[in-house]
Amino acid sequence: MSAQVSEISQAPNGTPLITAKGLIKRYGDFEAVAGIDFEVRKGESFGFLGPNGAGKSSTMRIIAATSQRSGGEITILGKDPDLHGPEIRAHLGVVPQTDNLDTQITVEENLYIYGRYFGLSRPFIRKKIEELLEFAQLEEKRNTKVEALSGGMKRRLTIARSLVSEPEILMLDEPTTGLDPQARHILWDRLFRLKELGVTLLITTHYMDEAEQLCDRLIVMDKGKIMAEASPQELIRIYSTKEVLEVRFGSERNQALAEQLTTLCERIEVLPDRILMYGEDGEGILEKVYKKGLHPMTSLVRRSSLEDVFLRLTGRSLVD
Amino acid sequence: MDQTLTTQSNQNERIGSLQLVNIKQISRRGALSVTEARIRNMWKFFWVIAFEALANPMLYLVSVGIGIGALVDQNLGSEGVGGVPYLTFIAPALLATTAIGGAMDEVVFPSLDGFKWQKTYFAMNSTPLSPRQIATGVFLAAIVRTIFAVTCYWFLLYLFGALDSPTAWLAIPVAILAGAGFGALMLGFVSYVDNEDLFLTVINRLVIMPMFLFSGTFYPLSTMPLFLQPIGWISPLWHATELGRFLTYDYELATPLVYIHVAVMFALLVGGLAWAFKNFERRLAK
Repeated sequence: MSAQVSEISQAPNGTPLITAKGLIKRYGDFEAVAGIDFEVRKGESFGFLGPNGAGKSSTMRIIAATSQRSGGEITILGKDPDLHGPEIRAHLGVVPQTDNLDTQITVEENLYIYGRYFGLSRPFIRKKIEELLEFAQLEEKRNTKVEALSGGMKRRLTIARSLVSEPEILMLDEPTTGLDPQARHILWDRLFRLKELGVTLLITTHYMDEAEQLCDRLIVMDKGKIMAEASPQELIRIYSTKEVLEVRFGSERNQALAEQLTTLCERIEVLPDRILMYGEDGEGILEKVYKKGLHPMTSLVRRSSLEDVFLRLTGRSLVD
Repeated sequence: MDQTLTTQSNQNERIGSLQLVNIKQISRRGALSVTEARIRNMWKFFWVIAFEALANPMLYLVSVGIGIGALVDQNLGSEGVGGVPYLTFIAPALLATTAIGGAMDEVVFPSLDGFKWQKTYFAMNSTPLSPRQIATGVFLAAIVRTIFAVTCYWFLLYLFGALDSPTAWLAIPVAILAGAGFGALMLGFVSYVDNEDLFLTVINRLVIMPMFLFSGTFYPLSTMPLFLQPIGWISPLWHATELGRFLTYDYELATPLVYIHVAVMFALLVGGLAWAFKNFERRLAK
């Protein structure tokens, strides 16, 4: 093993594994990634949060050393992906947005051939398959052709497949999109376990709760740019308030009443279907609304979330 | 297996890719892992492949070789076409057709799948494998299928008495070379086009069928008017058929032509692969 490799494997948590400066990706005239800086550190779970088209997947493909950057600098595990693609990819586990399993062969064979692509020995892969089938809860499906699996099972298999080579960095592009709530929670649990094993996680998502659950640190992206960078809790603290009151007066009246409500809270957002009122005490704000003689059709007090952060930063809601 | 080692792995001890993955070995032998995966995939379709390798050409063998052959031989006597029975005349052409068909299926469908339908090539490309290795691996698997198909069919032709020269076995490598040349060209083409419907219809109707009919398959190319003969000259099928005839019976072929036929098939092989490499690199870098 080269000196560099053992340096990385023995480096303490917190050592930068990925460093990007002024990273740009253009497709023709369109700038998908418009000069972003970030650093991903060993052992952390790092998130890219943003709506569709924010540039998350383009950034992920550059990190995955499959797509060439159009400008700026990036090193992954100390190497330039344009020059050392295979060497970098050897240490990445990639879970793409859409499953690209081989549906004509069995669950077990998918894991097997993927291990072979990493040049792993047959005995090692065979042992590993047992572990991965258990991890993905697919032991009973091992001899089933992939085309017969449910969406959730395919997703779990894609994630299990990405782990066959015990990657240093696991990259997940929208890992739970299209999964039912139960399947999502199973997946989150699995990802937690990997993090405990010291795997660095890179996650893109447009789900707030997912980012809050999984990420130690995240960047909020919109239109190819970074809008903010911090931990989910910090982002909420900086860009939002502790609580949010959601009130509905019916779509015609929301806009008309907004002016009267502005003075009752720290900040207000008027959405087509509801009004969001930000403050430290949601119930208190609701009381003031009633005192004004206003009676919303529905009201809801909740904790502030990353959704609110995103709304504050971009003026738009996240899921289109 | 050592007991302690087994227990360790049961406890999910993490070794890590930095220790596990040997990049030098992958850069040497990576393409073979793709071939291995393709062969596993083919195995699921073994009966389809065997049927295509044998049943289809068998239909031609019986209907054209024996059916039309009876008419030809009746009219021309046992000297048939070019001094041999008609079956002997068309056998090398059918053998090369089988080779080309097998190679083509095994580069075209996996590639449509790999680039478009299931995007399995993108999965391969997110491992240390390079686009070039993926293309090479797929191509080698197509050659494995070609070898299988050609060998089976050769024995069938032998049983039908279509081959009686001591050098008739040499028609096998010639057919495989034709399959390799055409397969490489098709791998380049299928990785170049983005519209698979266009590819499938255009190729089948405007390339495969005319090639099959105008490559001196069923009659000597010289029977055709001169302006139609170039279809044969550019067709790997014609070059393989000419060589095959030369090797399976006393078909006369000038020595320079022997070299030219081999050279054309090699040129297709090398040129097709170079084109495929370029296209694989471009499309996987998206």
